[in-house]
Amino acid sequence: MDKLGIVFALLGAALSALLAGSGSAVGVGMAGEAAAGVITEDPSKFGKVLILQLLPGTQGIYGLLIAFITLSQIGIIGGSSDISLVKGLLYFGACLPMAIVGYTSALHQARVSVASIATVAKKPEQFGKAMIFPAMVETYAILALLVSILSIVGVGSLNI
Amino acid sequence: MAVLQMQHISICALKKDRKKILELLQRMEMIEICDVMKEDILFQKMDLSNSKTIFEKNVSIANNALEILGSYVKEDKSMLSSFSGRTVTPPAAYDSFRSKYEEILKIAKKISACAKQIAEAKAEIIKLQEQLEMLKPWLNLDIPIGFKGTKSTVVHIGTLPNEWSEEQLYMELASCMPVHLEVISKSKEQTCAFVLCMKEVSEQVIENLRRIGFAKPSYSSKIAPAAYQEELSDMILKMQQEMEDAKQLIIKMSEQRDNIKFLADYDFMRAEKYEVIGHLLQTRNVFVLTGYIAERDKSAVEEALNSSFDVAVSYSDVSEDEDVPIKLQNNAFSKPIESVIEAYSAPGKGEADPTVPVSLFYYMFYGLMFSDAGYGALMSVACAIILKKNKNMEKGAKNMIQMFFYCGLATIFWGVIFGSYFGDAVDVIAKTFFNSNFTIPALWFYPSSEPMRMLTFSMLLGLIHLFTGMGLKGLQFVRQKDYKGLVYDVISWYLLLIGCILALLSMQMFADILGLSFVLPAICSMIGAVLAIVGGSLIILTNGRESINPFKRILKGLYALYGVTGYLSDVLSYSRLLALGLATGVIGSVINKMGSMAGGSIAGVVLFIPVFIGGHLLNIAINALGAYVHTNRLQYVEFFGKFYEGGGRMFSPFNVNTKYYKFKEKINNG
Repeated sequence: MDKLGIVFALLGAALSALLAGSGSAVGVGMAGEAAAGVITEDPSKFGKVLILQLLPGTQGIYGLLIAFITLSQIGIIGGSSDISLVKGLLYFGACLPMAIVGYTSALHQARVSVASIATVAKKPEQFGKAMIFPAMVETYAILALLVSILSIVGVGSLNI
Repeated sequence: MAVLQMQHISICALKKDRKKILELLQRMEMIEICDVMKEDILFQKMDLSNSKTIFEKNVSIANNALEILGSYVKEDKSMLSSFSGRTVTPPAAYDSFRSKYEEILKIAKKISACAKQIAEAKAEIIKLQEQLEMLKPWLNLDIPIGFKGTKSTVVHIGTLPNEWSEEQLYMELASCMPVHLEVISKSKEQTCAFVLCMKEVSEQVIENLRRIGFAKPSYSSKIAPAAYQEELSDMILKMQQEMEDAKQLIIKMSEQRDNIKFLADYDFMRAEKYEVIGHLLQTRNVFVLTGYIAERDKSAVEEALNSSFDVAVSYSDVSEDEDVPIKLQNNAFSKPIESVIEAYSAPGKGEADPTVPVSLFYYMFYGLMFSDAGYGALMSVACAIILKKNKNMEKGAKNMIQMFFYCGLATIFWGVIFGSYFGDAVDVIAKTFFNSNFTIPALWFYPSSEPMRMLTFSMLLGLIHLFTGMGLKGLQFVRQKDYKGLVYDVISWYLLLIGCILALLSMQMFADILGLSFVLPAICSMIGAVLAIVGGSLIILTNGRESINPFKRILKGLYALYGVTGYLSDVLSYSRLLALGLATGVIGSVINKMGSMAGGSIAGVVLFIPVFIGGHLLNIAINALGAYVHTNRLQYVEFFGKFYEGGGRMFSPFNVNTKYYKFKEKINNG
């Protein structure tokens, strides 16, 4: 039973990379389809629509980040992997915000990105504003990232 | 630092100088044409849309020709050539082009004609090939397909569905003998047959044949199929030759590419000029041009005009309620940020230019989010090289590159402060390959090991940013001499927020959360509470001041006070400085770790180098973009939300808006 701690901790790390990553994959895919459509009409907008396409991709990176911090904290990448069940569960919980918020925010950010790509297709000079809308959604992914990072670092220094 | 003061300019000159003056103004790019005066009996506008249309048509002919040339003869373009901008050309080249004009236009038209010829020949060849295909089953027939018969015989040539042998056909026609028939060719789908019969039985023969599905071929000719095939092949060869000739001609004419580009620009400029002429008020000998000009540029324009023409120039101030265009002027450090402001909106009526404060925070936040000395150095060096190599870059691209140059410098600064050089590359390389514990320590602290401290720092910067925004709003009130607004909308909020912060800082719990080493004494909590209450009641009493009903007023004031939650979320929003900064650093460390997995052997080095280069380039691409987007967001949403409205219109001068060449009046210092 004591050995289960590491299992839960790894499960958390895997979930954050998995959920946030798949959200971003779907999101970047959606935005990419829209961007490719714009390029058929006007190839000169490539740079702008590429940026908009990449915006929903950050959640996957945040997920990776959390997974990596967890892995190195629990000693799967280097170090010893002797952690208690409670600690393992704490790590698991700490990973959840990034996993879940990362997934949903990537999907919704992708929809805003698609809409912004449509804006840029019609009015390329409004790129600055069009870029801000998807960035608004990302705020929540960043907040989740923050909570996850702080929790993981905090759990690491607990003595239970 | 400022929005330039605009004035009306009116230039009155002789009509004979009209084109020369307009060309000069077009190249100086300092005047925005607008209609100020009304038409009257003496001064009238001319309708020149006809000639404008001709020029526009020529531009499209030239562009079409260029496109065709591009598809036959590739222009050698390097990756970075998009930065190099338009070729600078002295005005003399513009004047001397007139002599070549007709010839070049003819060449452009010729190129289009050749392309059309090629397309037509291609279509024709496809048609001929189809005919050849149809001819194939008939090749064994030695008389023309259109052959009808002789004096007393009739010939039926045609196809039958499915496969038929001669015997089967003789059986079908047994009742109308004598008949001679031949099967020319047969396949599973169809049989081509030749039937010769006496004139008397022709009707009967054809009836019998029809019953089994006989049909005349879909084409007819006067020569035998074999000869016809030869003729068709010859025609195809001829068409191919024609195509090849046209192609060679186009390739030969591609030498004129630069001239055709010039033509496109030349007529584009002329079209714009005629557009302006259409706005001019003219009499028989005199014309008047009116527009906006920045006060700064007045003397330059006047001098240029007076030196070569007889003109009368006069100025008048713009009126209060006019839609005056906005032109910004800033020093070299802040100028690149003008495009960030422009992407949001030009300053509205009576608003100050926010470029300088935005630029300070912009570079700082970008640096904090990217926060790696190695990445910053790479970015700055790349931008510096691009700037150095392409002196003649377009304004927009140049601003962008300059902006990233400064952002790169800020990134180096924060990277050194937080001890990040390509992530933890220094430590990893030292440990893996040299087995030492060498490290470059952070000048301040490592955010990854003390994230709470970094979070506090981020929020502190956020508070400074927000307070600066409010301060700028206060400045705006002072400029408009609206001191009531200053007290009610700015100072009241300052009191409330500072009061709240003081109260929070004197709580032990809050200090513990943020990991602060100090707690303010209890007296500060008292002062804070008093300040907050004063500020809060000021807000409740005054922020609904546009309502007369006192009850409604207080309600509106209470609602405004609720806006304090907005400040809370604004401050929290700056936590992205920490999150994105950590993201850059941690991903960098992941890359270094992956690269060093094979240890310090030769194989380890071989693995390390490609992983290091590829991984860090990827990290730069992702995080440079993230930092850019989120820096913009912090400016647009949090900062501008406090004071900036925008809604102005950017100055768009009568200029040379060409695609390929840039004509500048003053080459030496331009």
